[in-house]
Amino acid sequence: MAEAEESPGDPGTASPRPLMRDLKAVGKKFMHVLYPRKSNTLLRDWDLWGPLILCVTLALMLQRDSADSEKDGGPQFAEVFVIVWFGAVTITLNSKLLGGNISFFQSLCVLGYCILPLTVAMLICRLVLLAGPGPVNFMVRLFVVIVMFAWSIVASTAFLADSQPPNRRALAVYPVFLFYFVISWMILTFTPQ
Amino acid sequence: MAAADELTFHEFEEATNLLAETPDAATTSRSNQPTSQGHVAVAMGSGDSYGAEDEVEEESDKASLLQEKQQQQQQPGFWTFSYYQSFFDVDTSQVLDRIKGSLLPRPGHNFVRHYLRNQPDLYGPFWICATLAFVLAVTGNLTLVLAQRRDPSIHYSPQFHKVTVAGISIYCYAWLVPLALWGFLRWRKGVRERVGPYTFLETVCVYGYSLFVFIPMVVLWLIPVPWLQWLFGALALGLSAAGLVFTLWPVVREDTRLVAAALLSTVVLLHALLAMGCKLYFFQSLPPEHVAPPHQAASLPTNIPLSPTLPRSMAPS
Repeated sequence: MAEAEESPGDPGTASPRPLMRDLKAVGKKFMHVLYPRKSNTLLRDWDLWGPLILCVTLALMLQRDSADSEKDGGPQFAEVFVIVWFGAVTITLNSKLLGGNISFFQSLCVLGYCILPLTVAMLICRLVLLAGPGPVNFMVRLFVVIVMFAWSIVASTAFLADSQPPNRRALAVYPVFLFYFVISWMILTFTPQ
Repeated sequence: MAAADELTFHEFEEATNLLAETPDAATTSRSNQPTSQGHVAVAMGSGDSYGAEDEVEEESDKASLLQEKQQQQQQPGFWTFSYYQSFFDVDTSQVLDRIKGSLLPRPGHNFVRHYLRNQPDLYGPFWICATLAFVLAVTGNLTLVLAQRRDPSIHYSPQFHKVTVAGISIYCYAWLVPLALWGFLRWRKGVRERVGPYTFLETVCVYGYSLFVFIPMVVLWLIPVPWLQWLFGALALGLSAAGLVFTLWPVVREDTRLVAAALLSTVVLLHALLAMGCKLYFFQSLPPEHVAPPHQAASLPTNIPLSPTLPRSMAPS
């Protein structure tokens, strides 16, 4: 984790401050993802807590129920986890192999934080599914997922595209598109019970 | 021969001038193909190099001098990151160009010599396989959704395990089959003198890019008309296998006829098996759609004679 300098203070009051500071840093990065602007905060002070929280939330919401043990159900918790982290690592390696000048953890941080719109989409889809199945239900979910998918792509390319030389930008951005497409597909095909 | 001598002398002078200016430059062969890492690109197209054997020999002499110089400078070990970076040294336009080349195979144009030009990349094979695996799983699931709309008795489920199956089978095919092919070609190397076999990476590249045509084929398989699906499958398989055969032909034609024919037919057969396997495993939901209507049609006539007879039989009792 990138550590900011400890401000001088009483040595005895050190323990509650780092947690609040980290939570604030995570929250600030969430805001940067929701309103993507050309700022360097996400890249400079990278951390992996935000991606971990988002990944665990998404995996918990997507996993199939333990009662529903049929072989061809939705993904297990571990499968979602593996897809997200393995996918992010693969995209980062790809970007570095193509000659990008972004560091390994910075790229993981950006990709992980940009799952936030899709996690919000998952929450909305679960709420919408409580209203019962139907074609209108599906249309609403499809619309929400498409919008959030576009948001994720825009947010991540705003941070990642500048790190690549211009003649290889599309090669570095395409795997990001594939990654968020697979996550969106998992969210859209989620059926409860 | 005087004209040819003048030409070769002139080229030698140019090459040495260029080398003096930029010691790291790669040499170019007659048809302006860029070389890297000390390879010599010899254009062995079918029938376009009749009078050029002498020039080829002169160029290979020059090129071997430059080759040694280059090899001293650029050979990072396989444990360094830059070794692997050399396999991703492609631009967007080059990747698109190679994809177009695999979609439209032409008899004279060897994919390896014409498009790869001694710069095989791993980007294309890796991401084309990943895309194909995910597209297979997604469209297979979509056909189940569409089939359920038509016939509500079919049970829909996300079928997530198919992603794993698709991924493993596509990657195994795209990496193990080229390995076997490369091994076999190297084993038969003694039979051929002039044309060397392809490197392992070039074989992987050829297979990887040839799988690209399956992606639109799989998407088009969403249309639930069986004969159209078989037509698309045959077209895509034809294009893909033609690309492979045209690429392998120059390497294999100097071998005995039996070996050449056996190798090419094995390659085409494996490719066909892959396509058929994809169709049968991921697009399974069609048979229930065809079985259901005959059952409904068969059950109706048996109902109709029963219902008029039942009241009649019930009435007297």
